[in-house]
Amino acid sequence: MNTPVLTRRAFTAAAGAIVLAFTLDPKRALAEGAKLPGDLQKDPRLDAWIRIDADGSATVFTGKAELGQGIVTALTQIAAEELDLPLDRVHMITADTARTPDEGVTAGSQSVEYSGTALRFAGAEVRAILLDAAAKKLAVAADTLTVSAGTISAADGRKMTYGELAAAVDLKRDATAKFRPKPASAHTIVGTAVKRVDIPRKVTGGVAYVQDMRPAGMLHGRVVRPPRYGSKLDSVDEAAAKTTPGVVAVVRDGSFLGVVAAREEQAIAARAALTKSAKWTLGPPLPDPATIHEHLLSLPTEDTIISDKRPQRLASLPPGAQVMEATYRRPYMAHASIGPSCSLAEFKDGKLTIWSHSQGVFPNRGKVAEALGMNVADVREIHTEGSGCYGHNGADDVALDAALLARAVPGRPVRVQWMRDDEFGWEPYGAAMVMKAKATLHEGRVLDWNYDVWSNTHSMRPSEPGGVNLLAAWDLADAKKPAPPRNIPQPAGGGDRNAIPLYDFPRQHVVNHLIKEMPLRVSALRTLGAYANVFALESFMDELALAAGADPVAFRLAHLTDPRAKAVIEAAAKRAGWKPGEQGGNGRGRGIGFAKYKNLASYVAVIAEVEVDRGSGAVRVPSAFAAVDSGQIINPDGLANQVEGGVIQSTSWTLKEEVRFTPDGIVSRDWESYAILTMPEVPHVEVELIDRPDERPLGAGECSQGPTVAAIANAVAHATGRRLRDLPLTPARVKAALG
Amino acid sequence: MPPNRPVSNDGDFMTISLKVNGTTHSVPAEPDTPLLYVLRNDLALNGAKFGCGLAQCGACTVLVDGQPVRSCVTPAGMLASSEVTTIEGLGTIEKPHPLQQAFIDEQAAQCGYCINGMLMTAKALLAQNPHPTDAQVREGLALNLCRCGTHNRIVRAVLRAADVIGRS
Repeated sequence: MNTPVLTRRAFTAAAGAIVLAFTLDPKRALAEGAKLPGDLQKDPRLDAWIRIDADGSATVFTGKAELGQGIVTALTQIAAEELDLPLDRVHMITADTARTPDEGVTAGSQSVEYSGTALRFAGAEVRAILLDAAAKKLAVAADTLTVSAGTISAADGRKMTYGELAAAVDLKRDATAKFRPKPASAHTIVGTAVKRVDIPRKVTGGVAYVQDMRPAGMLHGRVVRPPRYGSKLDSVDEAAAKTTPGVVAVVRDGSFLGVVAAREEQAIAARAALTKSAKWTLGPPLPDPATIHEHLLSLPTEDTIISDKRPQRLASLPPGAQVMEATYRRPYMAHASIGPSCSLAEFKDGKLTIWSHSQGVFPNRGKVAEALGMNVADVREIHTEGSGCYGHNGADDVALDAALLARAVPGRPVRVQWMRDDEFGWEPYGAAMVMKAKATLHEGRVLDWNYDVWSNTHSMRPSEPGGVNLLAAWDLADAKKPAPPRNIPQPAGGGDRNAIPLYDFPRQHVVNHLIKEMPLRVSALRTLGAYANVFALESFMDELALAAGADPVAFRLAHLTDPRAKAVIEAAAKRAGWKPGEQGGNGRGRGIGFAKYKNLASYVAVIAEVEVDRGSGAVRVPSAFAAVDSGQIINPDGLANQVEGGVIQSTSWTLKEEVRFTPDGIVSRDWESYAILTMPEVPHVEVELIDRPDERPLGAGECSQGPTVAAIANAVAHATGRRLRDLPLTPARVKAALG
Repeated sequence: MPPNRPVSNDGDFMTISLKVNGTTHSVPAEPDTPLLYVLRNDLALNGAKFGCGLAQCGACTVLVDGQPVRSCVTPAGMLASSEVTTIEGLGTIEKPHPLQQAFIDEQAAQCGYCINGMLMTAKALLAQNPHPTDAQVREGLALNLCRCGTHNRIVRAVLRAADVIGRS
């Protein structure tokens, strides 16, 4: 492929370094002192991101991790595009505390935006450096050179490969970001549906997950967790467990209890024996689940006004104005990964190596070291895929479990696999929430909007400062305290994510109420508070539209000015064959939900169709139509897959999911006590992608869940004439509403 | 240190015999050891996954004499006269089985952890019903859980494979 080379004004070789002075694109030029783009800010060194190998391929480093979202493929596309290399000559190294840039946590649908942007600019700069080196060696002007598949050609036909230039370029320097990445119109790899690099081995039994690691001498570990939060281990028959076949070590440290055995089934049997003999002083009882939301509302809060738009107070209600109020609730929800969390650790010569599917190996390493009383420099954590996590599940915790067990058997790698009940019982859940909305409607328009959201924090990840957010750390004899909970601030928000409407209301007042006491363990679940806020906000918009006698689509469009927001709503309506004013009934209905995720990322509108069985109260979602604008599309098939996956996962959350507990502890421990959507219940999903090649690529992993719950809830109201404001929309709840 | 390998009452190592993907193996394990651990740890076969250990999710599905079973609750010692087929026995990354190729073609995986079970259950389904409808595939996979929301692609992959196998 030939691409235009940047116009070179001059170059000189000075002090062994190539000095570059290219004409800068004014739109992309980096002003002196300006921040570097994307995560180049976190690690500006070019060779931290890209190295050119002697065989002419590139090794590309990212601090982000593959979580099943296809990020390795997308980032490979970006790097290959800028470097003018074929995909199979770009080798990606992901999150590893010893090898890659520290890009924090892979979360919030930000990897393409931050890591991808870093790779675009680093790639463009490395390519320019290679061209400059070639120009020097060939004694021609760089702007006369062309590049195709890592081979640089001069106008006279002479060629040099990246491999031949590898030794001549010095990438041990900071990026300048002064080299313009390719415009979208020149892209041949970005924007195409490149097949995922990881799928072939995942469908043929290749090594794909941390669970598949079995280094020589590996032992198997299991942990024994208490009956409920805050319990203390009084006694356990360690001697008996040690004589169980295959047991190599029983590890007890404070109330942390685990076992290491030669064979996996032996570790499981020893865990069962230890569970039986362990005597615990129980922690405090959990609240009554029947009144959990009232209980949460009774707790102290830290209140923040996150939006206050009141040009003038409404002195009195204009004639004909209507004031409406509604309260919505969501339950605790589980990540419910299909594979429980797993980690492998090896303690050798005073150093610890951990293989983990943590979303943030750098912060997790720091907290594991702190819990163990080790120097951070003596701990290495390497991301290795696990089952999909959808946020902060048990991945970080099991890494510390594995480290604690490995420390008891130095020189032997220990693989710890949580059992199903460990994952369901101990993962941090998505928080239960209460949302109250109040609005004044006048002449078909919202005149005033008030919204309050109550929630625990949505981030108790190890990356939180001021404590150690790892399960086992709280149980050790030298126990660590969890970090104090805080809300992720606006504009992204945590519990208040998407609490500020994107609609243009003349007056609005939005308050976040952070509840600091956490009766159940909580942290980040995909979308954080956005799922619940979009549910409440978009349900309330439908209630207002109904009161105004307006069509829900038209009512939304009338309150929006953002053209990209309007475009996704119109595209979804068109795709779904939306008929304005269409009546629901006979148990059938359709509804719409819309959000711009985080008010910062992808625009999504979803229209869902539902069938409600009036006898049983069961809701079925036969089909859903989504329209998404994620800015520039890196991989259309990957984007569609993420959006569709989000629609289906949200349908499951919405119809079925709720963590069950009693004062005695967590009851949801398996797939019967925490049921998810099954194959015959899954909606047919159509996704329409709106490509904006000249806009920033926006994250999409979490963009469709909020609009989906709202679309389903609105469709149920459309079908039945009854508004359900409590999630999930279980048959019992629907039946009760139908009376 | 206690013995690392199971020992029978007379002190000999216990072994169980298994025929997996056409090869007979002798494995030092108790007869009640779930097949899953023998496949994964002794035979280094990665395909079948631990998901629940309760026969609820299907991630561990393998074929025993052509029938889909949950290897997490199937004692390995019961299978001396059976043929066990795992996903590795269907095809390789270089020469995938039409079902494996169809999952690649449809990009029918996100995290991929459930895919072994989906694919192996589909294998048994297609053996019984070579030309299933969309609804029949969904019913056939009703007891296999997926969390990423890849369901519709999985159904399309199975229908595509049925088509390819039917034409070959």
